[in-house]
Amino acid sequence: MTTASTRVVTVVLPGQLRELTGGEAQIVIEGAGGTVAALFLALRERHRSVYDRIFTEQGEVRPHVNVFVDGADIRWAGGLEATVGPSSEVLVLPAVSGG
Amino acid sequence: MPETPSGSPARPGDVLIMVGTMKGAFFFTADPDRSTWRMDGPHFPGEEVYALALDTRSGSSVLWAAPGSPFFGTTLRRSDDLGASWSGKDERPVRFPESSGLSLERIWQIRPGPADEPQRMWLGVEPTCLFESADGGESWAPVEGFLEHEHREFWTPGNGGLCMHTIIPHATDRERMLVAFSTGGVYGTDDGGATWSPRNNGVRAEFLPDKHPEFGQCVHKVAYHPEHPERLFLQNHWGLYRSDDWAGSWEDVANGVPSDFGFGMAVHPHDPDTVYIVPLESDGFRCTPEAKLRVYRTRDAGASWEPMTQGLPQHDAYETVLRDALDVDSLNPAGVYFGTRSGKVFASSDDGDSWTPVIEGLPPVVCVKAGVVA
Repeated sequence: MTTASTRVVTVVLPGQLRELTGGEAQIVIEGAGGTVAALFLALRERHRSVYDRIFTEQGEVRPHVNVFVDGADIRWAGGLEATVGPSSEVLVLPAVSGG
Repeated sequence: MPETPSGSPARPGDVLIMVGTMKGAFFFTADPDRSTWRMDGPHFPGEEVYALALDTRSGSSVLWAAPGSPFFGTTLRRSDDLGASWSGKDERPVRFPESSGLSLERIWQIRPGPADEPQRMWLGVEPTCLFESADGGESWAPVEGFLEHEHREFWTPGNGGLCMHTIIPHATDRERMLVAFSTGGVYGTDDGGATWSPRNNGVRAEFLPDKHPEFGQCVHKVAYHPEHPERLFLQNHWGLYRSDDWAGSWEDVANGVPSDFGFGMAVHPHDPDTVYIVPLESDGFRCTPEAKLRVYRTRDAGASWEPMTQGLPQHDAYETVLRDALDVDSLNPAGVYFGTRSGKVFASSDDGDSWTPVIEGLPPVVCVKAGVVA
């Protein structure tokens, strides 16, 4: 059985946000809960500025940011309640927009 | 035309034009004769830059910029070396409190405070709100009296968004301030920001059934000169106005302009009666009338306006100058500058009498700020 304490999730960041992590492309989150919301709350504890670039003040993913869990867009997988597996890879990407 | 980008910082006494575009910021510097411009940029390539400021209150030049990523939101950045480097994205966060139900969309205005309060600054943002800093821009908070205003639910966005684009602290009374936003109009405080009331008496709202509501006007810009602290000029969404009583009432001064629709507006740095605008044909066709690019100037506080055309294209010029894309420097004769949505920047070094192109081919220009480097 997977528990929060055994979950190790990798969050992969786009290039635009890596200056906020000292150049690191990935953040490994250990021990977070099993949803995207719980994962990013754990990320916020360590990298508040990264969280603020991905989420609005109202806790919503910014309109032109896409989040994928193991390749699946969370928009069609439950949104912030989408399930994060025990060793999932979560990809943050700018959308194909912006002009 | 500008020389090849050098990236070298300007020297004290140089004139600096900061140009914000939809895809980055570009800086132009020149000697005080303002005959040859050197370009530096783009700064923040790919990001929109609606707000820029040059702050010389400390005796040195501090640049401020508010680049907005289409993906990751708006940040406030500071440079102490004239743009050679900028502070990080994670510094100086500008955020609404979660309890407000609001999220920052864009910073429209960066307003350094009075000269004798070098730590005071304000921001005008979208959705409309006034943010204040008392520590030189290190930390920011919304002005609660405005954030929680009872009219907020009735304010609605114009074509550019629900944007606070004008911040005018009174020149002598620290308790008084005016702000303007679209749509909502002009609001003022007389108690240091605790309470705010509409100041739109006489300003039309062509797009509403009631043409003269208490608030709801689509004010595009308000301009002000500190040597005449009760007088204001206002470019409306249809309407050109002057107030001589700190926005207590507004008088129509569209005397001799081809259209009273427009956006940008600036007051001469040494003559409170001299004002510059660029009229546009209509809200339905936001281009210069008759395809002529003309800056209109009044030297009698709006009693009459005259077109400035020397050096500006007078044929096939379907140009648009947006609300923050017109500014003056502090020299005498004044430098006057504007940028167009088609990416052109023009400069005058003789109070607007004649103009020269600074550059063309930039991304759409949304902000022009000028000043003298300290």
